[in-house]
Parts: sequence; structure tokens; C-alpha cells
Amino acid sequence: MKELLSTPWPWYVTGPLIGLMVPLLLVLGNKSFGLSASLRHICAACIPTKTKYFLYDWKKEIWNIVLVAGIIAGGILGGIVFENPNEVRLSESTIADLSALGLSNYHGLGPVEVFSFQSLLTLRGFLIMVIGGFFVGFGTRYCGGCTSGHSITGLANLQWPSLVATCSFFAGGLLMSWVILPYILNL
Amino acid sequence: MKYINYFFAGLFFGFVLVKAEVISWFRIQEMFRFQSFHMYGIIGSALMVAMLSVFIIKKLKLKTISGEEIKIEGKKFNWGYVIGGIIFGFGWALTGACPGPLYALMGSGVLVIVVVLVSAVLGTYCYGVFKEKLPH
Repeated sequence: MKELLSTPWPWYVTGPLIGLMVPLLLVLGNKSFGLSASLRHICAACIPTKTKYFLYDWKKEIWNIVLVAGIIAGGILGGIVFENPNEVRLSESTIADLSALGLSNYHGLGPVEVFSFQSLLTLRGFLIMVIGGFFVGFGTRYCGGCTSGHSITGLANLQWPSLVATCSFFAGGLLMSWVILPYILNL
Repeated sequence: MKYINYFFAGLFFGFVLVKAEVISWFRIQEMFRFQSFHMYGIIGSALMVAMLSVFIIKKLKLKTISGEEIKIEGKKFNWGYVIGGIIFGFGWALTGACPGPLYALMGSGVLVIVVVLVSAVLGTYCYGVFKEKLPH
């Protein structure tokens, strides 16, 4: 059992399980599956402000914050209690590409050369973690959803604006990965 | 306590995210470089299951556990979907995480992700402040 819970699961198991979140939340309480709204609720709850965007009854959205608390707990369970002892099995071409950009450690969930507290003080680490995080928060709210809200829930409900959003996510991601990130990784 | 169900839903989701390895920065790079089917298989099959579920829910007019009619609110198009979407795409490729995986990563012990999360909250705050001045 421990072995089963510690090894990574194939896409055809995890994908459908992730998809089940949509009907699960609808049946539990008519909630649309989406996670970027939690960032707005955190602002509304924690930052005293007169900005209209944050003046709403965030207490009605506590379910979303509880969901987030669950995800953190799920991360502890999957990443620490049942930690995968092996490296992520990446395709060889990805390893070759990233190695050419100067990365060498493929252990763990991200390159330790970049994702560490010391690296925050370097331009590379600052751009990837601080500016990257800022883009995630700014962008998801600007477009009204993220991968869960648009690419899964929105598309499942056949909303064409969510298709536009999903294509835009990829346009931004491709431009960053192919054109800009190589420069940043070499800083 | 009435929200406890959502905690378990999140626990399930967070655990699956880790086992799917979608919280790996490397996997996101692999996806944007079209070097593996892994991420596309996950997002594609998640979408198929979600789509089928929504279809069944609508067709059979299913109700919530408390007997409410299930409604999914639609979204109206505005240009923010394009501009904001591209900005989020930048962030997704840089950090290797969208909001869900960000939380799961934090749980799985990558503590520096707290900095990414605080930046994301700050980004959302700035969006709220400048919303009226941004093109939509």
C-alpha cells in the first residue's frame, strides 16, 4: 500500500481524478471548481483596503479557503508522508535542453539552483520566483480564472471565453519558455 | 464545521496533484517544450471527465446533496481574458505552478514557495487596485 501511495501515478489515473473535482464540488454545494479566486479572498480577508474589487462578503467564500487548506494538507500527505523517493522521470530531450541552459540537478520538484532562499537574492531567482509569482496572481485575476477555472471547469461547461483564456495561457507560457526563460536562466 | 467536506475535497485534490507530478517545475517545462504527453494527457483526460460530468448533471437535472438545483455560472468575454491570460502564462512558465499546485507545493515542503505565493497575493492586490484603469 505504501508503495502504491509513494510512486507517481500515470496520467490516465490522475487526469480523470482531477476532472472529478468539477462534479464533486457542484454536488457538494453548487461550487464551481477554480482556485485563483482564493488569492482574491486572501486579499479581501487580510488586507484592509477601500478598493472596490475587495469589498465583498468574503466570508461567503470560506469554502474556497477551506479547499485551499485541504490542498496544502494533501501536499503534506503526498509530498512528505508518501514522498516519491525517485526523481521525476522527465523526457531526455527536456533534460538535454535544460542542461544546455545550465541546470544540472533534476532531483526534487524544481531546480534547487533556482528555488531556494539564497537564490532569491540573485536576479535570476528574483525574476523566476518573485516576478513569476506576481504574474500568476495578477494574470489569473485579470483573466478571471486559472487552469482549474478556465481550462477545466470553463471548457467543460463549453464556454468559449475559457477557450480564449486557455489559448492565451499557452501563448504566454510558450513565449516565456522558448524566448525569454533561456535568457533568465543564464543570468 | 459545515465546510469540512471541502477540506477533504482539497486533500484529495492536493494528493492527486503531487502523485500526478503536475506540481513539478520540470514537468511544466516539458509541457511547454512539447517533449512529453504527460501533462497533455492529464489536462485532456481531466477535461473529458469534467465535460461528461457537466453534461450528465445538466441532462439529468441533478441536485446538490442539500437538494438545490445545480447551476454553473457562465463567463462573459472581455479582453482581460487575452491580456491577463498571457501574463498568467508568463508566470506559469516561470514558476512552474498555477494557483492549485502552488498550495500543494507549499504543503510538500518546498518552503520558498511561500515567497511565490505572497507575490501572487500581491499581484492580485495590484490587479484589484488598477482594475478600472486596465483595458478589459
